[in-house]
Amino acid sequence: MRSVMSGNDMARVMRRIAHEVIEKNRGVENLIVVGIRTRGGPLADRLAALLAEIEGVEVPMGIIDIGMYRDDIDTRPRIELGPTELPEDVDGATIVLVDDVLYTGRTIRAALDALADLGRAAVVQLAVVVDRGHRELPIRADFVGKNLPTSSREHVTVRVAEIDGEDGVWIDSPDEQGSDE
Amino acid sequence: MKNLLSMEGASRPALESLLNDADEFYEVMHRPIPKVPALRGKTVATMFFEPSTRTKLSFERAARALSADILSFSPGTSSLKKGESLKDTVLTVKAMGAELMVVRHTSTGAPWRVAEWTGLPVVNGGDGAHQHPTQALLDSLTLRQHFGSLDGLRIAIVGDIKHSRVARSDVWAFATLGAEVTLVAPPTLLPPDLSTWPVQTSTSLDEVLDSFDAIYLLRVQAERGGASVFPSVAEYRERFGMTEARFDRLKPDTIVLHPGPMIRGIEIDAGPADDPRCKVLEQVTNGVAVRMAVLFQLLGGTRDE
Repeated sequence: MRSVMSGNDMARVMRRIAHEVIEKNRGVENLIVVGIRTRGGPLADRLAALLAEIEGVEVPMGIIDIGMYRDDIDTRPRIELGPTELPEDVDGATIVLVDDVLYTGRTIRAALDALADLGRAAVVQLAVVVDRGHRELPIRADFVGKNLPTSSREHVTVRVAEIDGEDGVWIDSPDEQGSDE
Repeated sequence: MKNLLSMEGASRPALESLLNDADEFYEVMHRPIPKVPALRGKTVATMFFEPSTRTKLSFERAARALSADILSFSPGTSSLKKGESLKDTVLTVKAMGAELMVVRHTSTGAPWRVAEWTGLPVVNGGDGAHQHPTQALLDSLTLRQHFGSLDGLRIAIVGDIKHSRVARSDVWAFATLGAEVTLVAPPTLLPPDLSTWPVQTSTSLDEVLDSFDAIYLLRVQAERGGASVFPSVAEYRERFGMTEARFDRLKPDTIVLHPGPMIRGIEIDAGPADDPRCKVLEQVTNGVAVRMAVLFQLLGGTRDE
């Protein structure tokens, strides 16, 4: 496994994304930061905290589980569902979706469907730590921590301290020794 | 999990996983639009060879809330009347595209046979006086919502244990989830051999009334011979009914459950039945949530065993 982002790199990237979110939205008014379970959850927490720190106002956050919205339930092992928790009213809000890796776009597609069932946001934007390419759907991120050209045979791992005990991004090639993919 | 046939032998992690998913589906049911696309394009067959209204409605509500399609079978209108065998009937419905079958039948073991014949995932919707696993799941969910956990809970199951598939499923689910179960019934309404059941027994409701966190009242099953051991319903009510007087003697935080349909004036009086501590309607709502979890787990995801 090759390291492509350290914990410090990730912290810098999250802070830059926070500034970009503020710039694009001219502040944080009406903003809700929503993490996509699992690793998007703590990342959304951090982004909301950074936005609050920079702007000096609370930024509401939520988390959504896309387990009921996946289109690949026949081909992937089942994962236990997790809670979806959003602030009371998302109608008319600007939602910044947060996830660790943007790859095929299917997770984001599912997240957009899940969001649509929970209210009518005015705008939905997407922030990811890593965009590794290989999109299968017409989806793009508004805020990208790092563009990471990969082969589809490679495996990208984002670790977040709250879940994995450390921060960082690694890339795993099937040709390399010690690969577990 | 390939099938859901019995609560006997079900593992604690498997039960907890279903209850955890059911919590999320409970949230879905309380949304303005209570529907998710989880099983879009899947077809669920509800094969009820024994008359049923609520369980069948509940499964069909659950399937629709998951965006599945439904093939709905009722014995009254079917070719069973023309002599078609159970096997031919279920194979016919499979050939129409059913991908999962919910089976209710008066004969013990029928859902197991259907699983063998069809190779499809099968949910036991109640077989004879044997098992009714989704009832046990919805009862467990109701208890877990109220108390946070079943660990250490003291639960009484009262009434016609002998003819009750609900009791046969509940005792295993409750015990597996950590509760202490006591069966309260006259000896004539207890099964002949209880040595393998994880339960204690009592023959007098009045003697043990104030020692439980939850009292589960069973229905008097006239159709399975349950009424015959009592000379009258009045005597049943006298000894095992949740009368106003008994309800007043319960610990203040004890809740009352009933699988429905509730027969007021026999198993339960009107006052207790309408009290907020009687959780019958919560049980019904939870029934849809746990059935969504069961259908989702059996039809969603590659088989993990």
